[in-house]
Amino acid sequence: MVLNNIEQLLEKYENGETSLKEEQQLKDYFSQETVAPHLEMYKPIFCYFLVNHQEQFTKHVPLKTKKVFNYKWLSVAAVTVLMVGFYLNNEIKEKKEIALAEQQLKESLALVSRHFNKGVSQINYLETLEVAGKQVAYLDEMNDPLGRIFKNN
Amino acid sequence: MTQKEFLNIVTPFKDKVFRLAKRLLVSTEEAEDATQEVLIKLWNNKKKIQEYKNIEAFSMTMTKNFCFDKLKSKQSQNLKIVHSNYQDHNVALQKQVELNDSLDWVDRIMEDLPEQQKLVIQLRDIEQYEFKEIAKMLDMNETAIRVTLSRARKTIREQLTKTHNYGVK
Repeated sequence: MVLNNIEQLLEKYENGETSLKEEQQLKDYFSQETVAPHLEMYKPIFCYFLVNHQEQFTKHVPLKTKKVFNYKWLSVAAVTVLMVGFYLNNEIKEKKEIALAEQQLKESLALVSRHFNKGVSQINYLETLEVAGKQVAYLDEMNDPLGRIFKNN
Repeated sequence: MTQKEFLNIVTPFKDKVFRLAKRLLVSTEEAEDATQEVLIKLWNNKKKIQEYKNIEAFSMTMTKNFCFDKLKSKQSQNLKIVHSNYQDHNVALQKQVELNDSLDWVDRIMEDLPEQQKLVIQLRDIEQYEFKEIAKMLDMNETAIRVTLSRARKTIREQLTKTHNYGVK
């Protein structure tokens, strides 16, 4: 029956001339429980191939997704930090400026008031001037009697 | 390419890569490491992967080269890959207990074959690739592959007959 065929196939097989289909036939034949006694030694070969074909790779492969560093988000973060920084900086500057302006205002006001006081004190001299003026007015009166004296002569 | 897409591409042949590595390196642990290495290399080059026409053949070639490098470096360091997997648990799956011993014998015979023959036997008889595909993977012509294969098959049969007879007589 097929035995003849198998023997032929085996010969072809050993010469490396069988097709995949024919090799499958051989494998099928030798995976049976019973094979022809004189072909017994082929059995382990084909069984070995079949068994080995079932071995599997079970180890887990750690596939690291290479973390592509996202520069886009880094730049966004940087810009945000910069903006906040500028904002805070401005605020501090403004506060400082206000304080400075206040101080300057105070100083200038103090200056003004000092000068004002000085002015006022100078105005006080005017009073004495006035007194002096009045006293000069007496001189006029003194002129008068003198005139009268000269008229009479 | 996402991890899932990559796995979809790789899953159909990752066992073949592993078995090829094991055929050459013998030790299961070494073969696992090699497979892992090959898959990681593929993953790192995933952008280029789509350009290759046949990723499977490419991976097999890569595995072959990787294992040869490994064997060479071990040899130059005067180290031998030690393996502790004489007791193949896959063989234990086999229900025909009486066969286990003979399967071990085949394993040992295969181990003693020259590397080129191991490769060809592995790719043809175990993985059932066409000669054309094997030729591409190993960068050999088909006639040379047939010759190597024939030699390997004959050696296995002869060795096995020898041990078989030795056991009987």
